Amino acid sequence: MTLLVALVIVAPLLAASIGLLVRSHPIVRESVVGLGLGTAAGSSIALLAAVIRSGTVTVRIGGWHPELGIVLVADLFAALVLPWALTIIFVVELYAIGQRRTAWGSNPELSGPLLAFLTAGLSLAFLTGDLFTLFVSFEVILVSSYVLLTHQGRRGQIRAGMTYVAMNLFVSALFLFGLAFVYAATGTVNLALLAQRMPDLPDNVRVGIGAWFFVVFGTKAAVFPLFSWLPDAYPTAPTSITAVFAGLLTKVGIYALIRFHTVTGMSDLGPVFLTVAGVTMVIGAVGALAQSNVKRILSFHIISQIGYMLMGLGLFTVSGVGGAIFFLLHHMPVKTVLFLVGGLIENEQKSGSLDNSGGLATRTPLVAALFAIPALSLAGIPPFSGFVAKLAVVSAAVEQASTAVVVAALVAGFLTILSMNKIWMGVFWGVRPDKAEQVPTGTGNLWLMRGSTALAVAATLIIAALAGSLLGLSERAAIDLMDPDVYIDEVLS
Amino acid sequence: MSLAILVAIGGLITVGIYLITTRSLSRIILGFSLLGHAAVLSLLVAGGRPGEPPIGGDGVISNPLPQALALTAIVISFGLTLFLLSLAVRQQNLTGDDLVEDDLEDRRVGSTEPDPPSEETDPQEEQTVA
Repeated sequence: MTLLVALVIVAPLLAASIGLLVRSHPIVRESVVGLGLGTAAGSSIALLAAVIRSGTVTVRIGGWHPELGIVLVADLFAALVLPWALTIIFVVELYAIGQRRTAWGSNPELSGPLLAFLTAGLSLAFLTGDLFTLFVSFEVILVSSYVLLTHQGRRGQIRAGMTYVAMNLFVSALFLFGLAFVYAATGTVNLALLAQRMPDLPDNVRVGIGAWFFVVFGTKAAVFPLFSWLPDAYPTAPTSITAVFAGLLTKVGIYALIRFHTVTGMSDLGPVFLTVAGVTMVIGAVGALAQSNVKRILSFHIISQIGYMLMGLGLFTVSGVGGAIFFLLHHMPVKTVLFLVGGLIENEQKSGSLDNSGGLATRTPLVAALFAIPALSLAGIPPFSGFVAKLAVVSAAVEQASTAVVVAALVAGFLTILSMNKIWMGVFWGVRPDKAEQVPTGTGNLWLMRGSTALAVAATLIIAALAGSLLGLSERAAIDLMDPDVYIDEVLS
Repeated sequence: MSLAILVAIGGLITVGIYLITTRSLSRIILGFSLLGHAAVLSLLVAGGRPGEPPIGGDGVISNPLPQALALTAIVISFGLTLFLLSLAVRQQNLTGDDLVEDDLEDRRVGSTEPDPPSEETDPQEEQTVA
């Protein structure tokens, strides 16, 4: 089982390094990267099975005591999130191979290996048991994402990339300051030891540290008012890259928020979280309504949906955090699929703007169906997974009698449906304007792109079908998270 | 805890933030390095009182862990500064200056003109610069 934990991180890392070395041989490169990502995804599924069967797996790297060394902790929360994240990346890699010959595709020599680097960083972020390794894994993810976003060197990408890089550098500096505060206050950066020592700190120091890390992780997760970099940066990258960013990067921020703030017992910050969550949901949904480009609308939806996860966390109850974890599981594949379909739309229409589109439903009904399923799911229509996820967080909020945030959640849900309608009517219904601008796109491997999108849609349907047992597992993970003694026991014993 | 280091951290943060809020990319990059230095210094301060070297010293040794953390942070900020510089050079090549460009969305919302053609769908430009 130690091997599984290691493989999840090492396989993509090795694949990335070898992939860069052999980057000029397309077939070798794609198979190395595909093999690495596939191995990671496979081991993460095996890891989930092992964790469900026999509990948390803890790996001390080099055999050092957690006080000095790095520990990797695969508890139920980490093991639940990993398989979805890694499977999605694998599917996106297939899509990217199909897309690379089009004008919107990315430079194949770099993007495959960099995607694998990003995957290694993601796995490390999910598995790490100390704050400093979390910082390092964030940097691994970010550096790969900087290059993925800007490596084509188009003007729009450089402009948006600059904002994205500057924003994230600033937050990384804040993260470092936060680490210094934590170390000065407690003498450790290990999460289990922090869980032990934080309750003894004076209240203002403890809450101050919690608030500081809320800003750090909240900016990565794009919560109100720290979201403005996201809708600007994401749409400029090639589809396959935007899809990974949209589905996974902001979720790492939410994951870190859930992990840090539950283990250290920050329930004092609950009301702040709920307020921010309510505003984030509504602002994101309103922002989506105002846009007229498919990818920009979808980017604003990310922000809105982050609010729901934050709302579940802000309740600091088992059902709330469990709902947030399930929402996280549902949102990763659904959001990724929507962006993949956005790329298909751009390919069909030769444009991503709603004004230049129309009538796609009759020309390619397959793409319309691929869009409809995740769109309805995101808006929270039964029987799809979004409905279960929203029901879980909203009913947890009703239990706590947090009326205002429930109202905000329902209003945001309604606005989400409206903006999905906007895409549907603009792109799939009606007729295409005659004067529509057309941009030559070259020929990608359309069937590979469609096939991988269909595979990802199937993943969202699997979540809907398994919703009952996944929600049960999420709540089990939440029970462990809400009781820090469990985590302390697993890591330190 | 040394007052001198605290004053240095405060000064670095002040100058760093000031530089980051300017419009010239080269100044922004300098600002980020100064901010990074401040963060590294604060990690050092977090390690407590200075002492003998951990290996070969006798008496009270200084805490090596925050120094290891600081070293990692320095290496990362090294690489990122280089990356930022290369972005700035790219920007210089594309636009002829190193000023931060206006946000497209802001300009679109602020202007009364019809929308300019979107620039993300511009493969010709990509081919000329590639």
